[in-house]
This record gives sequence, structure tokens and C-alpha cells, in this order.
Amino acid sequence: MKLFPTLRLAALVCGFAVAAHAQDLSSFEKRITTKVLPNGLTLIVCERPEAPVFSYFTIVDAGDANDPDGQSGLAHMFEHLAFKGTKDIGTTNYTAEKVALDKVEQTYAAYDEEYRKRVGRDEAKLKTLHAAFEVAQADAQKYVVPNQFTEIAEANGATGLNAQTSLDDTQYFWSMPSNRLQLWAYMESDRIANPVPREFYKERDVVMEERRMRTDSSPIGRMVEQFLATAYVAHPYHRPNVGWMSELSQISATEAAAFHQIYYVPSNIVIAVAGDVKAEEVMPVLEKYFGQIPTGPKPEEMSTVEPPQIAEKSVILKEQVQPLYLEGYHKPDYRDPDDAVYDAIQDIFSNGRTSRLYRSLVRDQQISAQAEGFSGFPGNKYPGLFAFFAVPNPGHTPTEMRAAIHKEIDKLKTTDVTDDELAMFKTRARADLLRGLGDNQGLAEQLAIYQMRYGDWRELFNQLKKIDAVSKADIRRVANKTFVDTNRTYAMVEFQPPNPGAVQQTQGGAQ
Amino acid sequence: MNRTSFHCTSSIPTSFSKVCHPERSAKGATSKDLLFARIAVTLGLAVLLFPQAGHAQQAQPWTQIPIPPLHPFHPQQPKRIELKNGLVILLEEDHELPFINGSIEIRGGSRDEPASKAGLVDLYSDAWRTSGTASKDGDTLDDLLEAKAAKVETGGDVDSTSVSWSCLKKDEDLVFGIAVDLLQHPDFKQEKLMLAKQQAAASIVRRNDDASGIAEREAAKLVYGPNSPYTREPELATIKAVTLDDLKQWHDKTIVPNNIIIGVEGDFDAAAMEKTLRDVFENLPRGAAWPKPAGDFSGPKPGVYVVDKTDVNQSNVNIVGLGTLRNNPDYFALSVMNEIFSGGFGSRLFQDVRTKQGLAYAVGGGYGASYDHPGMFRVIAGTKSATTVKATQSMLAEIGELKTKPFTEDERKRAKDQVLNSFIFNYDTKEKVLAAATRLEFYGYPANFLEKYRDGLEHVTTADLERVAKKYIDPSKVAVLVVGNQQEFGTPLTELGLGKPQAIDITIPGAPQQGMGAPGNDGGEQ
Repeated sequence: MKLFPTLRLAALVCGFAVAAHAQDLSSFEKRITTKVLPNGLTLIVCERPEAPVFSYFTIVDAGDANDPDGQSGLAHMFEHLAFKGTKDIGTTNYTAEKVALDKVEQTYAAYDEEYRKRVGRDEAKLKTLHAAFEVAQADAQKYVVPNQFTEIAEANGATGLNAQTSLDDTQYFWSMPSNRLQLWAYMESDRIANPVPREFYKERDVVMEERRMRTDSSPIGRMVEQFLATAYVAHPYHRPNVGWMSELSQISATEAAAFHQIYYVPSNIVIAVAGDVKAEEVMPVLEKYFGQIPTGPKPEEMSTVEPPQIAEKSVILKEQVQPLYLEGYHKPDYRDPDDAVYDAIQDIFSNGRTSRLYRSLVRDQQISAQAEGFSGFPGNKYPGLFAFFAVPNPGHTPTEMRAAIHKEIDKLKTTDVTDDELAMFKTRARADLLRGLGDNQGLAEQLAIYQMRYGDWRELFNQLKKIDAVSKADIRRVANKTFVDTNRTYAMVEFQPPNPGAVQQTQGGAQ
Repeated sequence: MNRTSFHCTSSIPTSFSKVCHPERSAKGATSKDLLFARIAVTLGLAVLLFPQAGHAQQAQPWTQIPIPPLHPFHPQQPKRIELKNGLVILLEEDHELPFINGSIEIRGGSRDEPASKAGLVDLYSDAWRTSGTASKDGDTLDDLLEAKAAKVETGGDVDSTSVSWSCLKKDEDLVFGIAVDLLQHPDFKQEKLMLAKQQAAASIVRRNDDASGIAEREAAKLVYGPNSPYTREPELATIKAVTLDDLKQWHDKTIVPNNIIIGVEGDFDAAAMEKTLRDVFENLPRGAAWPKPAGDFSGPKPGVYVVDKTDVNQSNVNIVGLGTLRNNPDYFALSVMNEIFSGGFGSRLFQDVRTKQGLAYAVGGGYGASYDHPGMFRVIAGTKSATTVKATQSMLAEIGELKTKPFTEDERKRAKDQVLNSFIFNYDTKEKVLAAATRLEFYGYPANFLEKYRDGLEHVTTADLERVAKKYIDPSKVAVLVVGNQQEFGTPLTELGLGKPQAIDITIPGAPQQGMGAPGNDGGEQ
């Protein structure tokens, strides 16, 4: 997840001599306006008038970790739905379309009920029900103006239009010429308040293709899915955020609407705008549009906490691809006082050609083509993993990767890191923060994420205090606490030739 | 200079065909699903569309929202300096942040290396930086630079190599000094060449693990030919053949001032920077000009080609043909045609294959144009095995309809609005202004090419669209490539009516069948 590309954007309080540039917290205090609307939605406006453009970033504090049981992939599915238009956009006649869409849901529910029968499913009836569902979809389709929402945005100069869903949250973003700010506010607020689940079941097919691309047909995707399913027993981090195919393929628009009802409430959303905007001019415009979103209670927090792991776990995949190695250790979430210590370990282990894993595994032992350790996988909002990933060189095995990584971990536990290593981490964190400030989209993203996660965007800058406080002893302490055998899960991909029978059958080209 | 397609995902990539270099280092691990896959748009600019004015019957509140005039904006063009020895300098001041970023671009790239040593430029650009200079070896440079959160990197591409640097303003003297030292006093080391060969070998033996990577590579081979300088792959044997002397010779041959363009952007005074650069480069003697690219571009042999991959449940379908050059006077009309065909959510291809039929998540492509050789016409989609033929037929139908389905005035207007309303994003940052100017300089295009492009687009008519579609689109000349699991196709590829599918052999010469064994330490001449 992305809470900490932010590590690079860490903080700036006692940073460089940048007086001439005024890129410190107090300068941002002057350029940033925050407002919590009566309905609970938080708005951030950051003035950066370098060019007549702006970028926005909407973060909804709900991701696929919030998918109800049996509906994995729902948060991501809803994200796709958020581009299908509203009661005004994407329809020729919403009143008539609503009737038709209700009929789609009724016919789908009838079909689905029959489909899920374990005993006594009537195949003929199932066919009839499916035909009725098809007819209802065709009827609803008559009112659709396909892709009108995105077309309006793109015709008005939207660039980098996209959205993403992780297990932790859902994010929407694009950039536009600054004279389109009001148009954007209208569109974004309308789709948050009034999304319409049109073309839902075709979009579900699209998302199933996305799963085939990212997971089923990708060796690394398959490995990661099995790894997480093994590492987590109770917490929803064990599920793929695109969803299990069986569940994804049975999600209904009714379920998506229920998800929206619970999680797309203003108090669960932060929206940041950065660019050629004046807060005094745009804030009233934003209030007018975003203030209309109906209020709702802040969703209940999850009760599940992953229990401590009590034994090492593993998953071995035999694949017709070159070998890979991945291991992970449970760690606390981003609010933990030691969070910056994990960032330090990540930096010292993985950042560039001075990093320990590069120098040891790649440069000196020459057993890996790539080796890294990283904090917060698959997310940071809840306790994630500190993971290590290595790509063996030809002639070398995952087992060798594992041994070499453990040797480096042991060193970290028993010997202090050097002064230079620690200083390098802190210097790079400052510089990376500074580098990130010259980009509207990056700024909007960081401000929105920090506001959501800490309740105050200033934490983006204040992080540096925590980074500066990291000591050598902290690193040893955290390494000794975290990197223990019983807290470890690993995945190996080992080469296995394809089934020779299968190869023979298909070698002659298709018939 | 074609720096579009080299983003290695760090941490846990969802796929990779190229092993990442460590300097593109770890971000937090991501596990995210995007709304759609951004497919490299081969022809020009961002791709966008317009509301369908035609058929909405109910109120359209968004049409009532005022759009005030945009604040005037005239990005400052970089200062251009041409030294007597032919070296060109472009300087773009940017005082927002205390950083300086520079790049030294050098003509000559992998298309110019001998076929028997394919991979030479990759190895050169790796070992150049990791070896270091006569006074400081590469490891020492790493320590020195990283302690200052600075970078000096060398790179190699199809038509260029480069030395780039990035640092805080206060470190500019030191960091720029290292960049120049690398240029003038490299010290190629055998051990670093060996390390680069290992990494190259790791990439080579892994190149068939990712289906979309196979498709991209084999599609290009169909268009340009398997032995073309644009498509030939480094092999275990060709990287083994590269010697330390080859690297030195390549360096001496390419590092001449009249083959070099230097672009610097950031927090400096242009006059002072000009003096610094003149002092370093002005007295270098002129050398032989790098030859213009040549080559025979006849396009693919039409037909259906297949790579069978039994561990996937989705087919990568690529329909390919030969594209064009950007200096083609029809480039503007082709750009608009592209927008209509595959440019965004509202494009014909996206609307049909993804939105209407739900056949693919990733769908896109276009009639490509490169700066100094013909680009590729490439239309791609990823669809489940069982709908391989259906999706391919839809893609072929959309291609065919470019010639038969008249372009409407509405389509033309939407395409133009998309491009023109987002045009500012071509130059909304100083980095983009400099990058665009450097690119045009490198390929010898006029400095006002972007403005000409915008003007050109404004004047494209539906008659122009019809004319270029007739002239350039020829469904009888395309090749269809499918990388997928043939047993699951259901409908055979012969249903496409393009003849018997021809299997492409993607065996990696010299690679062991197992996941291990092989080159390990036999990177080359010990």
C-alpha cells in the first residue's frame, strides 16, 4: 500500500537550509486551508500557482479489507462502478432507468438464489431465470450513455484519470486545467453521493479479466496470493484485494450499493486539491458541492486483530517459471511508535547500491539479481508484514536466498548499524520529502493520506522528528523483536517443467 | 531517447520481464488494483474525449457550469547554447525547490551495436557507472552520493546512452563533477562487467515467465523482423561475447561533443551554469557525426501467430502492422484518428471490447509514430482463454471499420477537445518543458513542433480522417499474435480466417530447462 512512498516524503522540520524556497511547514501552513464540512467531509486546498492546472486526490477510508465475508473484491468492484455515472450523467432518462435497474437486480437475485442451491437446483429453471436476467439487462442498457462520466472529464482536459483500491482504502484522482475546478467538484461530489450501478455485470466481467491478468496468469501474482493467504489466519489481509474468483463472480449491484451506503459517508472521506487555486475563492465552491453529500455515521471499526503467529509457515509453488523467494514477518501498524524504525531498516536493507541486500546478495555473493526488504505489506493501516523478496540468479535457489537474507537479519540483530548508514537514511528521508513537494498530484495525495491517517496533514512534515529519533539501539531492538522464526511465513517458487502431455497436444498450433 | 517503457516495479511487482536495477529502489510495497491499465499510447499525447452531445434527453447540469478563461501561461523555453564543437546545451531555470537535475544525452544506442554482441549497450551503461572513474571506483561513488541523497546514473537505450545527475543545489559542484568525470575518465572494470552480465543473464532466462512481456517482444519481431536492430534480444551467447575492450571502444566512439546534448533544469543561474558547462566542454575536439538510422521496414508477414503458454488463463492478443514517423505530414490527422479509435474511455475500441462486451480489462493501442523510424501499429487486449477468438474478431472488426464506418463530426470534435483541453499538461512543469525540448533537439525536429502539432490538430477535418484511414490502415497487412493457453481457446484460431496458426518458438538459446544450472559464473571471457 502507499502510506509510505511517504517515507520519502517524510518530513522537513529541521531540513536543509531552504529559507530562500520556503518549503517548510510554516510556508505550507500559509498555503494550505483545511475545512471539515458539517456533513463530516474533510477538504484540503493547497495553493501552488506554478501553472494554471490542479490535481485532486480523494481517499475513502475503506478498502477490500472491509469487504463483507463472501464478497471479497467488493470495494474494488465499487471503485469501477464509480466511473459509470450518476443520476444525471450517463443516462438518457434516469427515472425510467431506475425502474429497469431494479428489475435487473430482482432477476439477478432470483437467478442467483437458484444458482447457489446445493440440493435440487433446477437447471431448466436456472436457464429461464438467466434469460430473464439477460432481458432485464438489455432493457436497462437502452438508457445508458456509455462512459459519459469519463468522457466529460477527458473532454475537459482531465489527465492521469484513474483510481485504485488496496486492502486499506480507495483512491480517486486526476489533473485538470484550473478553470475546470467547479466542473470537477460537481462531478466528484455527484458520483460520491449518487453513483448508479449501471452496466454492473459487464463491468464485473472486466474486473474478472483484471484478476486473470494480475493474479491467475502472473507467477508473482499467484505467489503473492498464496503467501498472504498463508501468512494471515484471521485478519482480512489474507484475501486478495481483487477478490477470490468465486466470490468476485457472484457480487451483485445490490451488495455494491450496500457497501456504498456504509462506507462512502462524508466522515470517511478526505479530498485534497493542489495547484493554481485560491482557497478563499474555491472553498465556497467546494463547500457548495461536497456539502450536499448526505451525512452518515462513521463506519464501525473492524474488531479482528491478527493473533500472534506461533509457528513458521510456508508455501511452495511448483511452477514452469524461474525461482523466486518471498518471506514476511508480522509487524505493528503505522501508528506504532517504532514505525520509523521499520522505515530505517527498509532503507538500510534496500535503498540503492549502498544497501546491505544489494551489496551482500547481488554484488558480493552474486546469488541474486534483485533483493529487497520492505515494510508494510500488503498494507499499513492494520498490522502488515515486513517482507523480503529475492530473485535468484541463474544457478541459484530460493533456499540460498533464504539463508543469505537470514544472515543479514542476524547481523542486524547482533551488531549496530554504522553511523553512516543511519545518517544516510535520515538525509534521504528529508531529501525525498522535499523532492515530492514539486508535484501537484503527489502533494494532493500525501496531504489527503496524512489527513486521513493521522487526522492532520502536518504529520507529513512532523514525521521527520520520528525519523531523526531512530537510534542504532532501536534498530537492534526492533530486529530482535520482529525477525524471529515463529513470526515468519515464506513462499518459494520452484521450477517444474510443464506437463509434457499438455505440451505435445498443443504444439502443432490450433486446429 | 525513447524513455517510455522502462518502469520497473520494485518490491513485489505483479509481473516483470526485466530484473530491476537496485537504484530504482524500494517504495512501500503496493498491492493495488487500478481502474484500468494505462497502455502506452504510441502516438503523441494524452488521450481524451468529449461528452456525447447527441443523445442525452434529460437535463445536463454540467453544461451549465461556467468555465472561466484559463490564466495566461507562457512557459519559459530553455536557453539554447550551441558550442563551436557542436555540443548543444539547454538550460531551464526552476527555483521552486533547491534541486538541480541534469542529463547528458549521447547519440548511439542498442540499434547500433553488432548483432553478435547484442546487449553491449546495456552492459556498457551498467558497468560504466558501477565501475566508476580513474580516481574513484563505483562503490566509493555510491557511498559518496547516497550520503548526500544525490544520484549520478548512466543509462542505455535503443538510440542513446546517457549520464544523468540529481542533487541538492548545495552539492552541485561535487555531483556535476562526478558526472563529468564519468564522461571523461571512465574506468571500466572486469568485475563490474561480470556483474552486469550476471544481471543480464538473469533477465534473459526469465524473459518467458511473463506472458505480456512475451507478447510485446514477439509482436515487435513480427513487425520489424526477428533480426532487426530494433527487436533482436540479448542472448546468453551474445552477452558472453562482449569484452571490456568493446565497452571502451563504444565509449571512445560515442563520446564526441557533436553527438551530445546536455539539458539542465533546476535552481541555478543560467549564465553561471552556461559558464560552468563551457569551461568543461568547449575545448573538446569535434568527432565523427553519428550516422542517421537506416533500415528496411516492410512490416509483418500477414497471418496468425501463436505462442502456447500452459500456465495462464488469459490470452494476450496483439494485432500489429507498420506505423509511421512523426514528421509525416499526415501525423496530425493520424493522431486524431487514433484518439477516436483507441484514445480513451469513449474510443471505439474501448467502448466495444471493454465496456459493451466486457471482454478485456486491458485494451488499447494505436497507429504509432516514432521520431526517426517507423513506429508500430499495435492493437492489444487481454481476454480469458475461451474468448480469444471472439475478442480478436472484435478488434479486427474495429480496425476494418476505420475504413468503412464514417468518422462523424461529433467524434472529430471530441477527439480534438480532448487533446487541446489537456494540451497544457505537455508543459505544465519545467521538467516537461526541458524534456520536450531535449527530445526535439535530439531528433532534429523544429523547436516549435509542439505548437505546430496543436495547430495541425485544429485543422484536421473528417475528410482528412477518411483519407488517412484509407491510406494507412490495411487489415490485409496485419499480423495477429496470440500468447495464451491453446487448450482452453475453445473456438480454434482458424476461425479468424487468416490461415493456419504458426507457432512461434520462444526457446531461449543456451538456457537450461530447469530453473537452475546455467551461466552463473560464465559471464564471459575470464
